[in-house]
Amino acid sequence: MPDAPGLELIRGEIEGDHPGAILDTGFDRDQPVLVVDPSRILPVLTWLRESPGQEYTFLSSLHAADYLPAEPRFAVHYELLNRDRVERLRVKAMLEDPDPEIDSCVELFPTAEFQEREAYDFFGIVFREHPNLTRILMPEDYVGWPLRRDFPIGGEPVTFTYNERNYG
Amino acid sequence: MRERQLRARDMLRGDLEGEELERYVEEKVVMTNFEKLLNWGRANSCFPLTFGLACCAIEAPIALVGSPRYDLARFGAEALRASPRQADLIILSGRVSIKMAPVVRRLYDQMLEPKWAISMGACSSSGGMFANYAVVQGADKFMPIDLHIPGCPPRPEAVLYGFTKLQRKIMGNPDQGWRQRYSAAGTEEWARGGPRSEPSPEAAAAYEEARELVRA
Repeated sequence: MPDAPGLELIRGEIEGDHPGAILDTGFDRDQPVLVVDPSRILPVLTWLRESPGQEYTFLSSLHAADYLPAEPRFAVHYELLNRDRVERLRVKAMLEDPDPEIDSCVELFPTAEFQEREAYDFFGIVFREHPNLTRILMPEDYVGWPLRRDFPIGGEPVTFTYNERNYG
Repeated sequence: MRERQLRARDMLRGDLEGEELERYVEEKVVMTNFEKLLNWGRANSCFPLTFGLACCAIEAPIALVGSPRYDLARFGAEALRASPRQADLIILSGRVSIKMAPVVRRLYDQMLEPKWAISMGACSSSGGMFANYAVVQGADKFMPIDLHIPGCPPRPEAVLYGFTKLQRKIMGNPDQGWRQRYSAAGTEEWARGGPRSEPSPEAAAAYEEARELVRA
């Protein structure tokens, strides 16, 4: 696990090759986070994967999140793992609200294929150049992005006599 | 016992006559009609579909069919069929997601008549705790259900009780339910459009008619 100076070193090295690609760094629950410019996510992931001394070759998880009141609203998280050193690094790309789009990293990490489809299915995040970007868990004809925070919960309201009598 | 054996022997030899023969026939022969006999046979040899949806599916086949403690074989329904063409009972065990609903409906449609459906557990009856975007709020939204068994999951005894109720229904003598037993006709809750909305005139008339029938 890179500590705070180690994370700054990584940031400096990436800045050397791709100036302006890293927007922020931080630690969340003892986990180092790199906040990356979404338009340059692929060069940064490639750098982390290929550079000698880094070699985060394993994408252990890719997932999306919706921080609704915040701006920008969506985030795609890449949980990278170096299996020799057992070091984890989280890369995070924040996306704007209407039509969130980001480059697909399937070429880099084949495991991302299904996980990007899942992020698309639930949050409507479009991954450019994805080989088959369709819904994976919800029915194909489903309308809407159900895990967005402004999506209605669903289900049915239940009428109870008690509520009816006292608050109806 | 010995006496009966002797009487049966006499009967076979043709020695039984008069009042004794009458009594023997009364003891041994049941008069019924073919419809009732057929339904009796159907009720006592159900063929459930090998089918599971969610966690109630752990309960249903394993606790009920596969274990000697709550043995569904006592009611003649131990033979699970792996094809809907051979089954006449489908037990919906677990929540039905909206993606699964067309599949369940198709399985139900593939079963041959006469067929019955039990909705086992809170989830398949009403959506249960899954009041969300992915789960059908009650399986009777897309297929007819003969019997709902409440519980999360239902106790095996509850499922067996429900199954015996289904058997009575198959035999053409369904239970009227607690409303008749407790003279509680007219306590139905309406699926209201809004707070304090009234039922439609047709629904109100239908319910009034049903209430009269129960009172009669």
